[in-house]
Amino acid sequence: MKPKFGVVVFPGSNCDHDAYYSLKKVLDYDVEFLWHKENDLKNCDVIILPGGFSYGDYLRTGAIARFSPIMNSVINFANNGGYVMGICNGFQILLEAGLLPGVMVKNKSLQFICKDVYLSIENNDTIFTRGIENKEILKIPIAHGDGNYFADKETLSSLVENNQIVFKYCSKDGSFEEQYNYNGSLMNIAGIINKEGNVIGMMPHPERCTNPVLGKTDGALIFNSIAKNIFQMKADPALA
Amino acid sequence: MFKAKVLVKRRPSILDPQGKAVEKGAEHLGLNNIKNTRIDKYIEFIVDTNERLFAEKEVNEYCRKLLANPIMEDFEFTLDEIR
Repeated sequence: MKPKFGVVVFPGSNCDHDAYYSLKKVLDYDVEFLWHKENDLKNCDVIILPGGFSYGDYLRTGAIARFSPIMNSVINFANNGGYVMGICNGFQILLEAGLLPGVMVKNKSLQFICKDVYLSIENNDTIFTRGIENKEILKIPIAHGDGNYFADKETLSSLVENNQIVFKYCSKDGSFEEQYNYNGSLMNIAGIINKEGNVIGMMPHPERCTNPVLGKTDGALIFNSIAKNIFQMKADPALA
Repeated sequence: MFKAKVLVKRRPSILDPQGKAVEKGAEHLGLNNIKNTRIDKYIEFIVDTNERLFAEKEVNEYCRKLLANPIMEDFEFTLDEIR
């Protein structure tokens, strides 16, 4: 059985077509675009909030998109255990919506960073990572100006306690020196998941690296992990 | 020393896309009485001199040449002496 992905399109999204292309043309899953003014999630199994600059990043990244009509449905969907994945700007929207804790501030270098980075998988017991076998480090590009993850002390310790940090920036060999923490995120955080395990946010762009023609395919591992695990999880919620 | 507080505002006739986009969020929140949202800039800094006139002159220049674009923005500022 194939899962059906829904890719939300906000005004200013610019990775929506990459996500659609990767999921549909490269990985052969069912995909629908979901317009921000609609409420209907069209029976999708997984909702993707894509990268981009929704509403021009005005006020704060994700701050306005969070109140789009579609987001009411996405929040309900998530609160009922639906799987939601926020990539880059999508992650920022999830933070503003309160589906994930913390905020994103400007990169410590004050520069927009667009480059391939290495990520260590810190939690391989999520639907998004469980299917990634024999691999502890992924190579996936980042492209953002505001990716410097910040949260207060209590939030951070609760993230650690509950094993909610899924990806951390690292070197090719998996070490965590400051130079690999490109944007200055606390604890090298690149991706986190909620306590329930159904909402993930990550700054790197897996949808940009699924096609072998482009020289890297580690993004496909994440989408394939979702596809491999989703129906199993639904059948047995204890696994979630 | 003085503490300068500068407010830079777009002229009312100039479109403020950020204000318009943010107001969309208010609509989505169901706040229907919010009109004419304008997002301006508030800037603070220290002026390290004891001469008020000199401080005023320098802040004026900072505003005119860098903080504001006089073609589309107005600015105002206050200077509070720090003892």
